[in-house]
Amino acid sequence: MPVDKITQVSQTKPWHGQIPVYGQYTYGIAGERFFREIKANGRIMGAKCSSCNLTYVPPRIYCERCFSELTEWLQIPDRGAVHTFTVSHVDLDGNRLDEPLIVAFVEFDGVHGGIVHRLGEVEPDQVYIGMPVEMRLKSKAKRTGSILDISYFKPIRV
Amino acid sequence: MRKVAVVGAGMTKFMRRAHETGKELAWETSRMALDSCDLTLKDVDCVVMGTAPDAFDMIHMKHEYLSDGAGAWRKPYVRGFLGGGTGVFTACQAWYHVASGLFDVCLAVSEEKMSSCLPHPQGAFVTCWDQFTESPLGTSLLWFFAWEMNRYMHAHGITEREIALVSVKNKKNAIEHPCAQLPGEITVDDVMNSEIMAWPVKRLDVSPTSDGAAVLVFAAEDVAKRITDKPVWVEGAGWCLDTMYIGQRDLYYPKYVEYAARMAYDMAGIKEPRHEIDIAEPYDPFSYKELHNAEGLLLCGKGEAAKLTVDGETQRTGRQPWCPSGGALGVGNAIAATGVMKVAELFWQLRGEAGGRQVPGKPRRGVAQAWGDEMQVGTVIVLGV
Amino acid sequence: MNEKVKVWPGTPLSEKDIIEKRVLFTEWEPNLKYAWDAGVGYGGYFAGLKEGRIVGTECAKCRRVLLPARAFCEWCFRTVDRWVQLNDTGIVNTFSVAYTGTAAERLKDPLVPALIEIDGSGGVAIMHLIRGGDPWKVKIGMKVKAVWKPKGKREGSINDIEYWKPV
Ligand SMILES: [Zn+2]
Ligand SMILES: [Zn+2]
Repeated sequence: MPVDKITQVSQTKPWHGQIPVYGQYTYGIAGERFFREIKANGRIMGAKCSSCNLTYVPPRIYCERCFSELTEWLQIPDRGAVHTFTVSHVDLDGNRLDEPLIVAFVEFDGVHGGIVHRLGEVEPDQVYIGMPVEMRLKSKAKRTGSILDISYFKPIRV
Repeated sequence: MRKVAVVGAGMTKFMRRAHETGKELAWETSRMALDSCDLTLKDVDCVVMGTAPDAFDMIHMKHEYLSDGAGAWRKPYVRGFLGGGTGVFTACQAWYHVASGLFDVCLAVSEEKMSSCLPHPQGAFVTCWDQFTESPLGTSLLWFFAWEMNRYMHAHGITEREIALVSVKNKKNAIEHPCAQLPGEITVDDVMNSEIMAWPVKRLDVSPTSDGAAVLVFAAEDVAKRITDKPVWVEGAGWCLDTMYIGQRDLYYPKYVEYAARMAYDMAGIKEPRHEIDIAEPYDPFSYKELHNAEGLLLCGKGEAAKLTVDGETQRTGRQPWCPSGGALGVGNAIAATGVMKVAELFWQLRGEAGGRQVPGKPRRGVAQAWGDEMQVGTVIVLGV
Repeated sequence: MNEKVKVWPGTPLSEKDIIEKRVLFTEWEPNLKYAWDAGVGYGGYFAGLKEGRIVGTECAKCRRVLLPARAFCEWCFRTVDRWVQLNDTGIVNTFSVAYTGTAAERLKDPLVPALIEIDGSGGVAIMHLIRGGDPWKVKIGMKVKAVWKPKGKREGSINDIEYWKPV
């Protein structure tokens, strides 16, 4: 039986379908505490492994390197620096955005890891790797315990 | 091939919904398994991950997501996947990683967080089935099991009441399991009177969806002998897949389980499984499946499993206990983690550490089995002391 | 199960913990739509259904009928040799009286999904639904016949057969 080569893709008739499920994710033991700290106290916490001398942000309940339980939590400065960034002109579905979105990985002094977030109050052509940034929070009343409780990170102007 | 032993095991409670994230469950359990045999992450040479469809946790490439909790940081790491058969295959996979001589210690981690998938994980199967000839009919996962159970009953003249005894037995066995989600004393009438889901499958014929993790530590002979006085040896492993076209295999008998079992038994030098195996953990996501799978495992002749159950031979105190753990029906069905839980049950039973579930008479050899994919894969492992 | 194990990990949540939002959680709905191509074998199968015919393919080496029609024989691992037309009658291989739908939702009126061995195929079954008559009177071995959609409404799909009715 010869394999038919399709020359007119528009004339084929695919079968359409979707996956009829959605996700509901608990934040977990570490996530619960991390996001409640942001919501209630507006601060970023890390979890420290003393034997590996690493402070994980976002915090975890275990050290991935030595597998010990992490019980020591500490506050991270809300000022960090841009480790890397991109200026996104399309959304999740590939549609053009009216305003480009600047997305950065923000690192903090003495911290293993960091936070992926948006940058605000800055033009795309002004952003550079190493740029000092600080957290801009939503007002306490509007915070729900989500990564979006942080509106964005903005440049620290000297 | 080198001799390989199971030297440690751990598991979480099986739960309807866990607070922990999947990777937190994986870590709690991996850590527990390592602690149980006084090993640390440094001693682990490689990690294998067993976890069912990504859509159950609603996390794509969830083996990557789970890797740090599984202890895979900067280690050789791989995910094996055989749908519902994954759990026991994870043990098989850990075995051949060590038996091959490539690694001395392998951590076999399994995790499932099915509560993430709403309204029900069954919905995720719409994209597992054939998109053209099956899903457009409004197909439900339960139909597949109903068809098989019906065909099985028809072929041998087995009744729903006989099959219900499996639920009664396993939920009762689970009372002694500290991690069990649905333990309890129920009756055949309770099963018969429970809601009809897809006849002949009724509510109490079905295992629950679960969150949970289970982990085993596999070690090469020299390492095993150094760290424990009670190694439990892997004597055989096997796995086999049948055609995925459901209309092209006769559902009354799982031929593929038989092939997988024969592969494992040949390796173990077992000629008469019904006499040479002391305990069995056939996969029991549905009550009839324990019987169906036990026949595939050659623990009895075709159609004889129901009679053994009726006669009490498969009770914990019977001639050959099946699912002394409480199985998926009693402990819970965290798909891959349930397969690993079954292997862990053999490990604890053969070491005499099963507590209130301990099968009397010092069992020396056990078989665990899982089943899944498009309901046509069998995975089998034989452990012995 | 081991002297060293005293506590079994895991923190169970209740339905209330979620409903009353005692714990933090987030939700996400996949925005994905799939378009699957039927391919060569199924393409011919669906073209047949559109014309009101059930067609399979045959492998001359193992003399099997493949149904739904496929382009290759997985036993002999070679391309199939010809199309074969089958009857639109068959016998019930197995069935269920089902009160559950795709996402385990409950159905008020049960469906009777079945595997139907198609006459002329040598016992190969396809998945479909039986309707017409009392669901509880369906039996394994019962003869059934396809009820087709009207010609103009057929679109080359498994649902071009509306259902199967007892003969
Ligand atoms: Zn550490
Ligand atoms: Zn052939």
